[in-house]
Amino acid sequence: MGILVDADTKVICQGLTGATATRLTERAIAYGTRMVGGVVPGKGGRSHLHLPVFETVAEAVIATRPDASAVFVPPDKAASAMIEAIEAEIPLVICVTERVPVLDMVRVKRALEGSKTRLIGPNSQGVITPDVCKIGVMPERPHTKGRVGIVSRSATLNYEAVDQTTNVHLGQSTSVGIGGDAVYGMNFIDCLKLFFDDPATEGIILIGEIGGTAEEEAAEYLKQVKPKKPIVAYVAGLNAPTDRRMGHAGTVDVFGEGSAAAKIEALEAAGAIIAPSAADMGKTMRRALGGR
Amino acid sequence: MNLHEYQAKELLQNYGVPVPSGRVAATAQEAGGATDTLGGVAWVVKAQVHAGGRGRAGGIKIVKSADAARGAAEKMLGGRLVTAQTGAEGKVVNRVYVEKACDITKEIYLAAMVDRSIGRVAFLASAEGGENIEEAAAKSPDKIFKLIIDPATGLEDADAGKLAQDLGLSGMQADAFARALASVYKAFLENDASLIEINPLAVTHEGELVALDVKMIVDDNALYRHPDWQKLWDEAEVDVDEIEARKFELNYVPMDGNIGVMVTGAGLALGILDMLKDRGGEAADFMDVRPVATRDQVAAGIRMLLGNSHVKAILVVTMGGGVLRCDTIAEGIALACKQAPGHVPIIVRAAGTAKEMAELALRNQGVDVIFADDLADAADKAVAAAKTSARGKGRK
Repeated sequence: MGILVDADTKVICQGLTGATATRLTERAIAYGTRMVGGVVPGKGGRSHLHLPVFETVAEAVIATRPDASAVFVPPDKAASAMIEAIEAEIPLVICVTERVPVLDMVRVKRALEGSKTRLIGPNSQGVITPDVCKIGVMPERPHTKGRVGIVSRSATLNYEAVDQTTNVHLGQSTSVGIGGDAVYGMNFIDCLKLFFDDPATEGIILIGEIGGTAEEEAAEYLKQVKPKKPIVAYVAGLNAPTDRRMGHAGTVDVFGEGSAAAKIEALEAAGAIIAPSAADMGKTMRRALGGR
Repeated sequence: MNLHEYQAKELLQNYGVPVPSGRVAATAQEAGGATDTLGGVAWVVKAQVHAGGRGRAGGIKIVKSADAARGAAEKMLGGRLVTAQTGAEGKVVNRVYVEKACDITKEIYLAAMVDRSIGRVAFLASAEGGENIEEAAAKSPDKIFKLIIDPATGLEDADAGKLAQDLGLSGMQADAFARALASVYKAFLENDASLIEINPLAVTHEGELVALDVKMIVDDNALYRHPDWQKLWDEAEVDVDEIEARKFELNYVPMDGNIGVMVTGAGLALGILDMLKDRGGEAADFMDVRPVATRDQVAAGIRMLLGNSHVKAILVVTMGGGVLRCDTIAEGIALACKQAPGHVPIIVRAAGTAKEMAELALRNQGVDVIFADDLADAADKAVAAAKTSARGKGRK
């Protein structure tokens, strides 16, 4: 099991012929992901990596019936690509593109309303259910099939959590990167809901960082549902300013709110177990699930 | 990127938002001359730094003669202005803005921003604007009105009218407010703004609306469609290292400590800063190497850290992902160390893609680095190295 993707998930790649997309699609195929095609305007009708390339998402949908699209297009075309996938009613769209302008994402969010699509990202490393399906840019090696669901704004902290849960022999059910931007698709709450319903997921690691109120909103949700599965939370940036952009566009707040301390307080009050540092996420979950 | 007040005002004026007439000045002489050019009997001299709270910190002075304007500018220019928002070091004042003063009867607060929770542009407005807006907002949140804009329909007249009414405006003033709102919204969209804050939007004795102070932030991600921003940015007084970092596509923010930090990934970098602090260490910077980084970009980052006289030790933490490989980082470190051999201890924690190759590359190149096993070990070693390192100017 796991969430969002499974062994039957058919995937297309928007921007398939680009260098990064090519390399990562080859690796996804080697991992076992069911890649069924690509969309590259101007290159429709060709074949790339033995996959058919289509001019538009709509054509790819008719020919291949994909369940998901991986968006690997440059920032200036990313919003149009996401909107095209939403209009073609692809159930899951995962955008790895970094540096998409925030006002473009306001348009994408509007297109998502009332649509049949779930969007992950942009600026996401993707989604992986170990040994089953990988869509995105994450390294395969630290992942092992297992019991912990991971959801994170940061890709590298996500990899740390994967590495650590592998080292303490818990493994991962599914690991999701929701992205480090200010306006984005699925949030912590959307992912928590899916993890709560997933029998393979026994505990959840939630990784937040400074900026915005997504962690506080997740805390509010946890208070209401009182989950039976343990939630381990880690929030980065206790010693960073919130009025500067710390790499991720989503870390900066125009009024300087969104401190790590406030987020940690809210999550702890909602019953989450706080991992004291980025090095302690695996250990903390190990203890929460009754191991040493 | 933060714009200066005078840049933001010029921009808003082009969209039809009324602003006082003003002149930017880089010398006291120019500030004095500006009063003649502007005419009138009273003027305001304002320090151009990216921080709020200027008024209370002496960065805004009302003057009634050219001599007084020169005097006020003399005091501000070249000095450091310390406000509640700048930190103890303050910010250097390189320019002042001289404006014609006006008598006001009411101060409105108006801001346009992206509401992150719902992913839409929203206006915040209050009839109790001015310097105390933050306290007013905390004390009586019901006096702050919010208008969320549906991007499909844009700003609607009826909503603008309702907001004017909420603020207690009527007649011509309500109409002027609605016009200002529409102008700000258009400026916001066309300039990829993240924030346009007008505080106060003043009502003058003559009953006109004027934007007396403007704070504007634009979205760095949209630079590619605004080539004109280069000029704004040149005047934005960014730290020289930040300009260097931008050239090499490194996300860099200078900080106060003595441990130079380079991390592949922004979130992990934030986590490392916290781990150093937990151990009594302080980072000299935040540096995030993006997944698409090349060897030369990594080398540029390491060179910057080697060149920073405050840095006593360098900590490089890499989690090689599917795009960035640890061996690229290793080659960058080796290149920088050959170009600028120094005596700064370098601690490296490599994990993920091509970890072994990275360690091998550094050993083969004869670069003297200390390897760490995991994050905790890396933070321990970096803090210890900074304490015993002979180099550096004695920052804690």
